[in-house]
Amino acid sequence: MIALRTEALTKSFTLHLRGGLPIPVLAGVSLEVRPGECVVLSGPSGVGKSTLLRCLYGNYRAESGRILIRHRDGDVDIASADPRTVLGVRHETLGYVSQFLRVVPRVAALDIVAEVPVGRGVAPDAARDQAAALLRRLNISQRLHDLPPATFSGGEQQRVNLARGFIGGHPVLLLDEPTASLDGENSAVVIALVREAKARGTAIVAICHDPEVRAAIADRLFPLAPLQDAA
Amino acid sequence: MTPDTLLAARGLSLSFGAIPALADVDIDLWPGEMLAVVGESGSGKTTLLRVLSGLLRPDTGVVWYRDPDGRLADVHAMPAPMLRTLHRSDWGFMHQDPKDSLRMTVSAGGNVGERLMAKGARHYGDIRAAALDWLRQVEIDAGRIDDLPRVFSGGMLQRLQIARTLVTQPRLVFMDEPTGGLDVSVQARLLDLIRTLVARLGIAAVLVTHDIAAARLLAQRIAVMQRGRVVETGLTDQVLDDPQHPYTQLLVSSVLQA
Repeated sequence: MIALRTEALTKSFTLHLRGGLPIPVLAGVSLEVRPGECVVLSGPSGVGKSTLLRCLYGNYRAESGRILIRHRDGDVDIASADPRTVLGVRHETLGYVSQFLRVVPRVAALDIVAEVPVGRGVAPDAARDQAAALLRRLNISQRLHDLPPATFSGGEQQRVNLARGFIGGHPVLLLDEPTASLDGENSAVVIALVREAKARGTAIVAICHDPEVRAAIADRLFPLAPLQDAA
Repeated sequence: MTPDTLLAARGLSLSFGAIPALADVDIDLWPGEMLAVVGESGSGKTTLLRVLSGLLRPDTGVVWYRDPDGRLADVHAMPAPMLRTLHRSDWGFMHQDPKDSLRMTVSAGGNVGERLMAKGARHYGDIRAAALDWLRQVEIDAGRIDDLPRVFSGGMLQRLQIARTLVTQPRLVFMDEPTGGLDVSVQARLLDLIRTLVARLGIAAVLVTHDIAAARLLAQRIAVMQRGRVVETGLTDQVLDDPQHPYTQLLVSSVLQA
């Protein structure tokens, strides 16, 4: 079974504010990821790794090709599905940890994380317990749990983001530089979380520049090559 | 339109003299979701809200609303009393200026209770208890229940309008710039309140705003308007992070990063 598959995925940007300048980024990308497998995207900076990850999540619109996600008992094509279907896939199946936490004003770190299990039907108290345990595991001390993360350090915000991404147990998980602003101790926690998710059968696509973390989580690399600049 | 579409508009057009305020606009809204309508001043956002809610009649086009029994009604063909009943019960309308929906000579509690009474509530104790509960939910001190709204700050007035609108547990709320003209800290509080209450009550909403950040925070889907047309629509994060239309690209790139 394949958890995530792209077929001839192509993506370019058209900059209308620059006279319609086309920027081709991805062409004919065909990627397959099985349950329990972690594929790390590789290639030089600017090659389109984040663009590919965002396309997989439906955050960027694929220009052509298909992005098939195993959802319930069938495949959903994220590239052509209507918004409500994409939201349903994200809710149940497809998780994404971005590089930066987009903070919600006034909402406590604990509630930002607990919101995910609550949305999936877990009782609020149990969800808060789960969230607190995961935050503690990521070395976010108890005294920070009830504070909105707006004033947290970059590393703390990233760990809140990671907790939010991992708590849902989504069968397909996309990770964009999950350890970029973390120290060795916290990186080790992330490596353990990724390994546990893989053991549960989670299919993971990650961007990860840190060679040690990459070696610890990747089952294989998926190299992206630069396209010729049309401009 | 699907069998569970709550509100659907097709081919809405409306001109004020030579100026097209709406041009061939289609809108769909499903239960429990929020749709943000963004665009610059004069793009037709507020006109669209007024046409969708039956307050303004389009030159052409139709607006369908599905009632709780699953029947579709043409909003602009229904008799006026039926539309008024909808506005008093199933629907809510939040104005940019709360003074347009609040009664300034009636107490805060009275403003909330009045909508319940309009829906048929008669027991004074129940109405006052409901009003108190809603003032608490929008973080207005219970001791202010008998005060007149004219002594309230702008942010409190907007919160009182939220309480007055939501007390009847509407299925659909139309919001016109609910955070416009307020301090940033007050905006954050209101956005959080709206987000929480709408999610908890499962309310569907059409949110008109020029605040892109508010749209991102609150709405699952977004429609971008320019000169009366919807030029782009889709998932909120996709439209804002990967805008396709020249006008959306301009709009998104013009936002100041805080």
